[in-house]
Amino acid sequence: MSAQKGLNLTLKVWRQKNDKENGQMETYQVSDISTDSSFLEMMDILNEQLIAEGKDPVAFDHDCREGICGSCSMYINGEAHGPGREITTCQLHMREFEDGQTIYIEPWRAKAFPVIKDLVVDRSAFDRVMAAGGFVSVNTSGNTQDANSIPIPKADADKAFDAATCIGCGACVASCKNASAMLFVSAKVSQFALLPQGQVEAAERVQNMVKVMDEEGFGNCSNTGACEVECPKGISLENIARMNREYLSASVSSQDS
Amino acid sequence: MTTLNSKIPKGPIADKWTNHKNNIKLVNPANKRSIDVIVVGTGLAGGSAAATLAELGYNVKAFCYQDSPRRAHSIAAQGGINAAKNYQGDGDSTYRLFYDTVKGGDYRSREANVHRLAEVSTNIIDQCVAQGVPFARDYGGLLDNRSFGGVQVSRTFYAKGQTGQQLLLGCYSAMSRQIGKGKIKMYNRHEMMDVVVVDGKARGIIARNLVNGEIERHSAHAVVIASGGYGNVFFLSTNAMGSNVSAGWKVHKKGAYFANPCYTQIHPTCIPQHGDQQSKLTLMSESLRNDGRIWVPAKKEDAEAVRAGKLKPTDIKEEDRDYYLERRYPSFGNLVPRDVASRAAKERCDEGFGVGTNETGEAVYLDFSAAITRYGQEQANIQGLHDASAQKIQELGTDIIEKKYGNLFQMYEKITADNPYKTPMKIYPAVHYTMGGVWVDYDLMTTIPGCYAIGEANFSDHGANRLGASALMQGLADGYFVLPYTIGDYLADDIRTGPISTDLPEFDKAENSVKKSIDFFINNNGTKSVDHFHKRLGKVMWNKVGMARNEKGLKEAIAEIKEIREEFWKEVRVPGTADSMNPELEKAGRVADFLELGELFARDALEREESCGGHFREEHRTEEGEAVRDDENFTHVSAWEYKGEPSDAVLHKEALNYENIELKTRSYK
Ligand SMILES: Cc1cc2nc3c(=O)[nH]c(=O)nc-3n(C[C@H](O)[C@H](O)[C@H](O)COP(=O)(O)OP(=O)(O)OC[C@H]3O[C@@H](n4cnc5c(N)ncnc54)[C@H](O)[C@@H]3O)c2cc1C
Ligand code: SF4
Ligand code: FES
Repeated sequence: MSAQKGLNLTLKVWRQKNDKENGQMETYQVSDISTDSSFLEMMDILNEQLIAEGKDPVAFDHDCREGICGSCSMYINGEAHGPGREITTCQLHMREFEDGQTIYIEPWRAKAFPVIKDLVVDRSAFDRVMAAGGFVSVNTSGNTQDANSIPIPKADADKAFDAATCIGCGACVASCKNASAMLFVSAKVSQFALLPQGQVEAAERVQNMVKVMDEEGFGNCSNTGACEVECPKGISLENIARMNREYLSASVSSQDS
Repeated sequence: MTTLNSKIPKGPIADKWTNHKNNIKLVNPANKRSIDVIVVGTGLAGGSAAATLAELGYNVKAFCYQDSPRRAHSIAAQGGINAAKNYQGDGDSTYRLFYDTVKGGDYRSREANVHRLAEVSTNIIDQCVAQGVPFARDYGGLLDNRSFGGVQVSRTFYAKGQTGQQLLLGCYSAMSRQIGKGKIKMYNRHEMMDVVVVDGKARGIIARNLVNGEIERHSAHAVVIASGGYGNVFFLSTNAMGSNVSAGWKVHKKGAYFANPCYTQIHPTCIPQHGDQQSKLTLMSESLRNDGRIWVPAKKEDAEAVRAGKLKPTDIKEEDRDYYLERRYPSFGNLVPRDVASRAAKERCDEGFGVGTNETGEAVYLDFSAAITRYGQEQANIQGLHDASAQKIQELGTDIIEKKYGNLFQMYEKITADNPYKTPMKIYPAVHYTMGGVWVDYDLMTTIPGCYAIGEANFSDHGANRLGASALMQGLADGYFVLPYTIGDYLADDIRTGPISTDLPEFDKAENSVKKSIDFFINNNGTKSVDHFHKRLGKVMWNKVGMARNEKGLKEAIAEIKEIREEFWKEVRVPGTADSMNPELEKAGRVADFLELGELFARDALEREESCGGHFREEHRTEEGEAVRDDENFTHVSAWEYKGEPSDAVLHKEALNYENIELKTRSYK
């Protein structure tokens, strides 16, 4: 491991009591942060300091701290999950920062993700989009056919897997100027569109998910591609193209009937 | 006093589950609509249970502390899930999975449960594929497998290094379908604070809405605890930061026995700790041991030079390396079970051969160079490149390794800033999984009627040690295929009960005690943070109740944990208010429970005068350092009854009978 150094930093952090009150930036100093620490460990140190001073620590979402649960969500120096490609905030390490640097830390900003407190936002809109069709309607009783009875070409399985690795973090929404949820929704639609298991209800799925996505207040996709750049899992814009095709053919076939 | 009745069905082992299912009482579909079930936890166990119970027609209320069920700790599982499919034709069978699991668990699990697990394992894969889980496939389009520690067949199904994620998203999508239909009412950002017992039966819970702090009452005809494991009692572990023991501990305090608290799995391949600012440890999947070779320098002076930064691992010649697992365990080599691999790493580091950078020297190498060359050569042959240069071979091999483990290598590099394709990874054992938990019978019911425990929260089917890829299997087996049957047997008597009122005095009482403890935390003007106490507890646990334990250390640990607990109640400081989102308050309640569990954990370890699986008592080992089990005196489950202070807990023993597998010394030589 690289030799560790102690960093001294100025933090500008968004503080907001709840969804009703207005928030503002507060300034804090932290010192002697190891370059081997993760960004969230740096936040822990800040919080320990605030508690010692009798102040309210900064609330932020986190759990796995391995880049897989999708909980951690912060805007760092104007970028979702901070500098670095294909990483979440918990995977961001302090060696990416310089001694004496000022770091701006803010919550995701999107109408569909209201702030709950400080850096914590409400992403339950994603769950409601999922409940509208992000599944295969199969009984969970285990009376299904043998898993190898339908071979799936490796290329399809791999592509479906790539789409399925979306962690539902919401960085795509946060970094999109229209706060569109297309990348997230298209990843799920693609996963099932690529697998034989998902075919039967493909048309209904895409229509229902898109409908709820719009109702939840996410904006339109204008193909800027900011989402793909900030996505920690490298979910590709190809999925949006696939979803658009699925949507179009679903609309055409539902007009037929 | 509650008595322990494991309710193992009679008859030959292979027929027990089928016969049991045939004799279980059923609830007809119309009646299911008038029955409510609470599921606490939406990981693989709780998520699959909630989806299936709703599918069957029950009204389900599911709770999790995260903002979405999709974020449960199960999401982090990397390596894979076992199933006795024998797709590889390498001799696998239900019996062999059963045998490996019982042996791997060091003969401290319940035969009947393990057999059932092996039986339903094949269904799990079918179910998940039908749900659209994208498991890895080979070029013929069929499912691919790999092998894991402790076994000699290839039975592990996987989705790159993200198997848990894909399985959990499968569960979550099945749940989403039921949420959409209104059959599951999902309570995100809610924490169960207590269980409510009415007339001796579990009838509901008290929950705290973590967004606005409201204390809520929820009633049901049965309560299912699926709250995961308690490895975070060590503070540093591979578990998610919020993983906790509280739900299990609360039911323990209300009468559920807590079994084998001292059984902890220490995973051999984790990224070593980097310093005191560290908040958690990161696992490197065991699947890496399929291709990685584990070694330390054979000469102490080389190890010293490495630690001082004067020598690089690549400078150490082949003959100066000690591949200690291959040396000590020739038939299993790098694929010995986790407890064996972990202890062997500790032994080398304790002897001064470790390669960590810190003063303790705690790290060994996990090296892929041989695999890269081997795969590269193979690829060169396939591509007809007969005079490929060493560099070309290296490139081809790196490509194959990247396809197999790319995301893990990437994760390693992000954390350590070292490139594992070029230099061996450094790894060290870390706390990973807890085999102990709430005691349950064959039906997965605790000693509180109507209260069930599933997944890692129960004391489970793993015995004293868990083989890789079997926790995911157990979680899904419990949730999809076992509990949904067995719970019907209990609920069949409740079809005329009607809704349970939340106005009962038992709800008042439980709610008041929850409110009292919250008020205490908010108003206690202490001086130290919750983490301060958690870290201190963790140090005692790791140093004295960790990978190796002895009588003296355990007795000291018990006394020290008690002291920390007393100080905690005097000195803890929780900022903020109770009527808003307050993560410090959430942590305070969880650490309070860890401080009690920690002591019981150490007591259980002290009581068990033998070495088995993950539990290694230094007094009980052979000259070569292998574990020595005492079957005569300890072939039992230790189930603890709550009596107030952990020191007053009463021990009950459930004898384990091995009728189908002979108790043998576990050897991987
Ligand atoms: C890094 C890592 C890798 C692993 N890899 C593998 C692997 O390859 N193969 C394998 O078989 N196993 C693996 N495991 C083990 C396996 O992932 C876990 O044992 C398993 O996922 C546990 O599932 P669970 O459903 O019991 O609990 P969890 O997934 O931990 O879920 C617990 C749930 O309970 C909820 N909860 C907890 N307390 C409360 C409360 N008081 N109130 C409300 N809700 C609560 C949480 O919100 C969560 O929803 C791995 C574990 C880790 C840490
Ligand atoms: S598509 Fe990428 S950025 Fe968007 S939610 Fe999924 S993982 Fe996060
Ligand atoms: S904490 Fe889980 S992705 Fe960052």
